[in-house]
Amino acid sequence: MALHDRDRIFTNLYGTRPWNLPDARRRGDWDGTKEILARGRDAIIEEVKNSGLRGRGGAGFPTGMKWSFMPKSSPDGRPSYLVVNADESEPGTCKDRDIIRHDPHKLIEGCLIAGFAMGASAGYIYIRGEYYNESLVLEAAIAEAYEAGLLGRNACGSGYDFELYVHRGAGAYICGEETALIESLEGKKGMPRLKPPFPAAVGLYGCPTTVNNVETIAVVPAIMRRGAAWFASFGRPKNSGTKIFCIQGHVNRPCNVEEEMSIPLRELIERHAGGVRGGWDNLLAVIPGGSSTPMIPKSVCDDVLMDFDALREHKTGLGTAGVIVMDKSTDLIKAIQRLSAFYKHESCGQCTPCREGMGWVNRVMLRMVEGRAEIEEIDVLEQVTRQIEGHTICALADGGVWPVQGLIRHFRPMMEERIAAYKARQMQRMAAE
Amino acid sequence: MAKVTVDGIEVEVPNGASVLQACEAAGKEIPRFCYHERLSVAGNCRMCLVEVEKAPKPVASCAYPVMDGMKVFTDTPMVRNARRGVMEFLLINHPLDCPICDQGGECDLQDQAMAYGRDLSRYDEGKRAVKDKYVGPLIKTVMNRCIHCTRCVRFAAEVAGVPEMGATGRGENMEIGTYVEKALTSELSGNLIDICPVGALTSRPYAFVSRPWELSKTDSVDVLDAVGANIRVDTRGGEVLRILPRLHEEVNEEWLADRGRFSFDGLKRRRLDRPWVRQDGTLKPASWAEAFQAIARALPGRRLGAILGDTMDAEAIFALKGLMTALGAVGLDCRQDGAKLDLSRPDFYLFNTGIARIEEADALVIIGADPRREAPVLNARIRKRWAQGGFRAGVIGTARDLTYPATVLGAAPTDIAGAAAFLAGAQRPMVVLGRSALAREDGAGVLAAAWELARAAGGLREDWHGFNLLHRFGGQVGALDLGFVQGLDMAAMLAGGADALWLLGADGFDAARIPAHAFVIYQGHHGEAAAARADVILPGAAYTEKEGSYVNTEGRVQRGRMAVPPPGEAREDWAIIRAASEFLGQTLPFDTLEALRAEMAAAHPVFARLDQGPLPGCTDPSGPAPAPVTATPFAVPVENYWQVEPITRASETMAACAATYLNPQPLLAAE
Repeated sequence: MALHDRDRIFTNLYGTRPWNLPDARRRGDWDGTKEILARGRDAIIEEVKNSGLRGRGGAGFPTGMKWSFMPKSSPDGRPSYLVVNADESEPGTCKDRDIIRHDPHKLIEGCLIAGFAMGASAGYIYIRGEYYNESLVLEAAIAEAYEAGLLGRNACGSGYDFELYVHRGAGAYICGEETALIESLEGKKGMPRLKPPFPAAVGLYGCPTTVNNVETIAVVPAIMRRGAAWFASFGRPKNSGTKIFCIQGHVNRPCNVEEEMSIPLRELIERHAGGVRGGWDNLLAVIPGGSSTPMIPKSVCDDVLMDFDALREHKTGLGTAGVIVMDKSTDLIKAIQRLSAFYKHESCGQCTPCREGMGWVNRVMLRMVEGRAEIEEIDVLEQVTRQIEGHTICALADGGVWPVQGLIRHFRPMMEERIAAYKARQMQRMAAE
Repeated sequence: MAKVTVDGIEVEVPNGASVLQACEAAGKEIPRFCYHERLSVAGNCRMCLVEVEKAPKPVASCAYPVMDGMKVFTDTPMVRNARRGVMEFLLINHPLDCPICDQGGECDLQDQAMAYGRDLSRYDEGKRAVKDKYVGPLIKTVMNRCIHCTRCVRFAAEVAGVPEMGATGRGENMEIGTYVEKALTSELSGNLIDICPVGALTSRPYAFVSRPWELSKTDSVDVLDAVGANIRVDTRGGEVLRILPRLHEEVNEEWLADRGRFSFDGLKRRRLDRPWVRQDGTLKPASWAEAFQAIARALPGRRLGAILGDTMDAEAIFALKGLMTALGAVGLDCRQDGAKLDLSRPDFYLFNTGIARIEEADALVIIGADPRREAPVLNARIRKRWAQGGFRAGVIGTARDLTYPATVLGAAPTDIAGAAAFLAGAQRPMVVLGRSALAREDGAGVLAAAWELARAAGGLREDWHGFNLLHRFGGQVGALDLGFVQGLDMAAMLAGGADALWLLGADGFDAARIPAHAFVIYQGHHGEAAAARADVILPGAAYTEKEGSYVNTEGRVQRGRMAVPPPGEAREDWAIIRAASEFLGQTLPFDTLEALRAEMAAAHPVFARLDQGPLPGCTDPSGPAPAPVTATPFAVPVENYWQVEPITRASETMAACAATYLNPQPLLAAE
């Protein structure tokens, strides 16, 4: 049972219609925003809580609860800020990009509602530097909204003042981590901050701040219009709502698609992406939630549901729902090595385990690709990833070693075979000489 | 207060303390690299991980705040594994060059590797190589050894106030440096060497000189500025090899200015190591007895005067004053700079607020002083106070970068009275008057005006003394406490008021001003212009070579110790004067240092109280006699921080600094 067209939130995900304000209004954006705001801060937060919306950036933290951490009043006069994380850099993920370039008003309206709900005086959209054209669209859409009185002083005639700014990043993956993003926004080097204090207490410029993903914010207006119960009716309990999945790799028709949460992985791939290249039996493994989640082999893919809890049971995660499909032609070791090279390159260098460990992991992986290693080194590699995981300030290190752990967990025999084959070749060469 | 249980030991720590502090309160040592008590918390080395009950992951104890009822475990398998893991990561790219590393033997990484390191490396890949950086003539860098703790970055930005260091690059390619290579422009840069937990930043002059376990360590006091920083003099075989700061919370915390740390190589050059007597117009080597006899022959019938240098120990000054009084000298003067000091009350010439209590002040006016270059460690205290917020500083005189913002309130003494408006409303105002501001025609007027400013701002109360005089050298206040100002002053003596001069370490004035007919006795440790002019040279000891008491600018009496013997035939200064007194027929009444000190303490009780800070307040707000002031702007107090007195002028290290910093290279296009 697939998501019905009438239940789609992102009705212009494929850019079949213009993105600008008149067309967005025709799609229902900015409809009755003033009345939504008139329901009051607490009612909005309550509605979001009831909808069961969990953060779409990867960690899946309940959004309503996150908003409720923001202070209700400001005795010391500090303003509050909303920061939208549009630094979409996770390999395998391109959902925020389509929202921004084809449906930017969903995001902008969401910013206003979310900003109002948390009492923020301004919002900052930190957009990935490579999304240059997207940033132009976003800025133009914001200008339109200002022009129409939807943002700025007395936004939408609600009596509430809200400014919205776009800030372009400079191409660092780590700046998608919320505290590194705040540092970067402040003009510093993008390095994650120690927590506590959490951003809701001390965030941007030392003021209470909430950082949310683009998709999280963009679905809020729909929740407010159609009700929490409607949103919660999709997916399993605690995993409710619709979600944009990015399906790519060895499928016949790679695509972004909005679907119900908890859809079976196989149904998702076969219905929307035209199935695995060469048929389902040609499937080797899937990385279900963007590059930092561990891969799952075909045996798991057969019946796993695509939601936070089901994937956690299989020691992986929904992440950003960037589904990377790999068929039997894939050199899995090489694929994972490429990911570990990415994480080595993107480590900020602050914490010892990540700074030093990522390079180590990548170098061993490089040899594993050839098989130029000892069988015991697989265990060393596994231990090294455990030494990195959970010992750093932010979660980049965890995400960086999980793919390797997933490879070892499910495909250790393949690695051992590769090593044995290399040794056999070496023996042959020596014998020939 | 929060109750925290550390390994079953219950401790109470203040709310907001870190878990690491709680562990220390419980007597548990937590290994750390990036954490430093006096710097902000970075939490990035991950060595201090501990287990906290109910926390899923180990937490960085340096950054994690305590909560009431928290249970902390510092020695569980989880903790040990985490620390071993971090240590392994630190070592994979750290070169195994301890045998040729100057940090060897006093290296945090070495020590902690003993506890948490593996005996064999599992890392078979190539190690990272990083190009060494140039950060000036004092600090040698070996960047391969860097563990990226960022202590140096934080020290430069927070304590030294020169945000010139930083990290470029990301991940494995992160490098610590100054981006565009240049010498660090801090007078406190030497502290980076102490603060670096590994051998990445080491002392350039000390490179490959010695090992820490070969050194004899003598606790002493720095005299090259008036802060009186506590130091440790490390020696080997009668040679000073390095000088390090010692902890003294009320004086220098754990910092030391570059002049005090690096100028000791000047102790080995241009030294006077034997007596000399002028015969037929040229100086000839002589024995001690010949030198004293030459003095005894020359002095009768002459009007004798004495001029004192800036870095002399109180014992020598007391002995010389006793001898001069006995010989009926016409003048004694310790003010080579001609400062118009008022000796009628000690608080007219002391830094009365105290260095530690700078942290309680809320407003400051600096008059004719440059604390950054006259007393860098004291300036770091002012900066520390500024960084805490709720503090404002103003300057009357030349505006230079003090590492904290300072409002320019004027340039001349006539602007002093107007600064009262700047201090208005301050609960604990401070006025810091530079000694060089008194070395002018209207010096007495400047002194009175500065005092009046402190009084008008409400800074002279029973619980707060806001008037401060900032001296330049470690021997200046001691001489004033001993009253080495009698009879004719220096100008009058040099103008012909005296025709015999005893110069005790007096190199701070132009020797050409000495009248041609005067008989000059120079007693000191370095052969400079005054020694060249002398008729008799008595070789004395430098501050590392004698037992001596020094009084810092706040009036704190501290003892320096003999780290090495004086070179050649040179002797401790009080002993030279005692020996001379016998030849001159006025034998001084003490044979030992103890006897001298007992007599000095009896005559000047301040010397009986060692290591006492200034009194907490002002009992009498009436000031020095008012005098007119002029509108002539104050001069720049210090042009050349590195070369100010004989030891620093003889130092090659200081000469290299002066060459680097006084004639900076033209900026590169990249800047």
